[in-house]
Amino acid sequence: MTAASVAGAVAGAAYIVAALLFILSLAGLSRHERARGGVVYGMIGMAIALIATLWLMLADAWGQPSATLGLILLVVAVVVGAAIGLYKARTVQMTGMPELIALFHSFVGAAAVLVGWNGALHDEGVAANLLGIHHAEVFIGVFIGAVTLTGSIVAYLKLSAKMSSRPLMLPGKNALNIGAIVVFIALTVWYVITPQLWLLVVVTVLALALGWHLVASIGGGDMPVVISMLNSYSGWAAAAAGFLLNNDLLIVTGALVGSSGAYLSYIMCKAMNRSFISVIAGGFGIVAPASGDEEQGEHQETDAASVAHMLEAASTVVITPGYGMAVAQAQSATADLARRLIERGIQVRFGIHPVAGRLPGHMNVLLAEAKVPYDIVLEMDEINDDLAETDVVLVIGANDTVNPAAAEDPGSPIAGMPVLRVWEARQVVVFKRSMASGYAGVANPLFYRDNAWMLFGDAKERVQDILAAL
Amino acid sequence: MRLGIVAEHRGETRVAATPTTVEKIRTLGYDVIVERGAGAASSLPDRAYVDAGAALADAAEAWSADVVLKVAAPTDDEIALLRPGAVVAALLSPAHSPELLAKLAARGVTALALDAVPRISRAQSMDVLSSMTNIAGYRAVIEAAHEFGRFFTGQVTAAGKVPPAKVLVAGAGVAGLAAIGAASSLGAVVRATDPRPEVADQVASIGGHYLAVDAAVEHSADGYAKATSEAYDKRAAEIYSEQARDVDIIITTAQIPGRKAPRLITAADVASMKPGSVIVDMAAAQGGNVEGSVADERVVTDNGVVILGYSDLARRLPAQASQLYGTNLVNLLTLLTPGKDGELTIDDDVVQRAVTVARDGAVTWPPPAVSVSAAPAAKPAQTAEPAASTPPEKQPMSRTARLALITLGMAALFAICAFAPPPLPQHFLVLTLSVVVGFYVIGNVTHALHTPLMSVTNAISGIIIVGAMMQLTVPSVAVQILAAIAVLVASINVFGGFAVTRRMLSMFVKGTQK
Repeated sequence: MTAASVAGAVAGAAYIVAALLFILSLAGLSRHERARGGVVYGMIGMAIALIATLWLMLADAWGQPSATLGLILLVVAVVVGAAIGLYKARTVQMTGMPELIALFHSFVGAAAVLVGWNGALHDEGVAANLLGIHHAEVFIGVFIGAVTLTGSIVAYLKLSAKMSSRPLMLPGKNALNIGAIVVFIALTVWYVITPQLWLLVVVTVLALALGWHLVASIGGGDMPVVISMLNSYSGWAAAAAGFLLNNDLLIVTGALVGSSGAYLSYIMCKAMNRSFISVIAGGFGIVAPASGDEEQGEHQETDAASVAHMLEAASTVVITPGYGMAVAQAQSATADLARRLIERGIQVRFGIHPVAGRLPGHMNVLLAEAKVPYDIVLEMDEINDDLAETDVVLVIGANDTVNPAAAEDPGSPIAGMPVLRVWEARQVVVFKRSMASGYAGVANPLFYRDNAWMLFGDAKERVQDILAAL
Repeated sequence: MRLGIVAEHRGETRVAATPTTVEKIRTLGYDVIVERGAGAASSLPDRAYVDAGAALADAAEAWSADVVLKVAAPTDDEIALLRPGAVVAALLSPAHSPELLAKLAARGVTALALDAVPRISRAQSMDVLSSMTNIAGYRAVIEAAHEFGRFFTGQVTAAGKVPPAKVLVAGAGVAGLAAIGAASSLGAVVRATDPRPEVADQVASIGGHYLAVDAAVEHSADGYAKATSEAYDKRAAEIYSEQARDVDIIITTAQIPGRKAPRLITAADVASMKPGSVIVDMAAAQGGNVEGSVADERVVTDNGVVILGYSDLARRLPAQASQLYGTNLVNLLTLLTPGKDGELTIDDDVVQRAVTVARDGAVTWPPPAVSVSAAPAAKPAQTAEPAASTPPEKQPMSRTARLALITLGMAALFAICAFAPPPLPQHFLVLTLSVVVGFYVIGNVTHALHTPLMSVTNAISGIIIVGAMMQLTVPSVAVQILAAIAVLVASINVFGGFAVTRRMLSMFVKGTQK
């Protein structure tokens, strides 16, 4: 046996071990108790895969002139990449997590595009009867990678407010999306028959444009779905690269990530009563909200001192945060408020809507950062039936997720979306900057309820005012 | 404009503004003058008004202001002090005092009756009747407790067991609910009756038990209770008789606007009560819910039951009543002073129209009817074009379509695996199995962990680095450089993704571990 074939066999075995560790990692991540262990499994799996690949790479190319350069490039690239990655991971604000994750997705997309291009530029050693399939794989890999790349960049820009989060409404946008896919299929067939480099350039540009358009057409409110959808795309990009490179580990891992991301998006869509297809197809069939600003009566305003009194008199309090809490960086102040109330013997719990924030689980991460124990942070389904027995609900920066119109007005654009039924509580205090409507652009009748009080201003300052008044 | 706060007389303990509300009135642009001693009965010294920015004045000067705020209706002498063209706001009970309205109109003043605020959500903050009856309901319980010779709350003491007092509250309006709340927070067992079954939840929410009368009732359209049907009255009378024998305290709050108060408790019911029991008849001044009650009197029956007919219950909490009354007035003034420039304007808005009972020499009461059962700004009926305004129904995929899709997918997979050259079939096998594993592994993920999960899958999808590494040693510098860039971005993902996940997870703590 030659050194290379031994290395190949060992790498194959190592890949199976790595794939299993990745599965264990994802499984671990689904429960709080096992989550940290899950990350360790993932890291070990990754390390095994990298070492095995390194050995395989060296054994294959040892003695060839390209090996030295390859090795130097590898070391430099990994060191630089690791430094950037670790630095980002250490410095990112928890409120900036959605942007970071979107950015990371774009890296996978970029890598997939580059790997695809390399596959096209260097296709020696591919059996003649497989050449057509190889070309198709290149095309598919580049296409998925490029869509992921620009889609994630747009998501990043929208989330970091460097770009308007309003959905882009190009005329005939559905036709554009479908047209792009049809053109892609035609180009693939063409490329399989006559592989020419300019076709690859065209498909790359086409996919980049499609990715841009897909995500640009989706409004800010749908971002949790978009992020998990891009997560899924990045997995499929890795899987496509696996086909191209004949590497089972890439296929297994890519498919794991792809299917888990798709399932997460599906959960998100159910939580918003959106059609899964319409969201992943880029705002497909989203109708502009019909009635945004109709007069609904008068709201009642309150001040921090009155809310403090209200809280002192309460025995059960539920806090329902939303994206506004993240924007105002109010999570620590909110957590302090919760602690102070708990010290007074008041039962305080948090109610989290599945799509609160701009990332699945965004609120949980923020509250965890602020050291709120996770056993008082409950999901919508766990808390909804208790809301009627609650004395005071504090709605901090949430709007659409507490909109009674979803439950009561069949004509509302968000009709049927499950919401936190905060209006059933005895008193509801809504922290808000103004009377503007939420991301869905739907007016919120909650604000005009008799038991609802508006507390205007920056959420963090208002919460601190309440703390001062307690 | 100058705004005068005048002193009250003839037993009125409240005052139309407190130092706190004076400050708010001044922010609306008015110059406030307060008659000396106006707040004395509410424990509000002149000094405090001066500190709040008001000027002190004698009666004549205060009454000559452009806007005069008062609690009780003005007497003839006081009306004579008003400047023609001035605005006067007070409790005028327009339904019962046509002569007063006529005199005010004759004087040429604009009269605002605070007890004529319509019962709509928007006007709640100005509804003096609600805030005063709220106080009265509370005070009724305090008066009853004062007369009652026992504890309200049940206790087990070394000297024996004390049962809790049983309280019946008739009518669960504002006063009734306040009474239920006060009595139950004193520890009594509270029961409540009301012709409107929809108040049952409200009663329960403040600690009372709602006694339903199972007979048909009309629904009220204006927020006040209506006169009830005969069958209902018969059943209700039975309930009152049963309860009278059982309870220690009865508080009746039933009133119908513009009519004599309904008789709920008969003399026979009173006679069946235990000696030492207390009845507070909050409607005594309107004819009484209880047979034998006398307005503003304390009556003791032959069997030792005390019947209180006080009509000044709100006045017995003067500081509290003045504060709420004053705040209601500020809210009304805010509505009437849209420019916050001290200029009082009255337009045709529903609330403003309703409170204005005399203007430009004419009596303008009663106002046109307002209905509040419908939503304040109800949408116009949309029956004409329902399809246009409702978004298209989201239909789940039909079963046949779904079945067809699944069959199609299976067939495509089968075709690929059967006819494609190796190694493609093996790859597809791996792919499909991994997809299934992915779904099942993620299937029951805790919602709170979505973000860490996503960032770990993100790190794992950096596995594409393996592919890029294999391309690093290809004998083509261009490919090598592209591959190196791919390795670089992928390793950002791998290292950054795992590191950030660890950082996030380290923040999740369970409360009990602290």
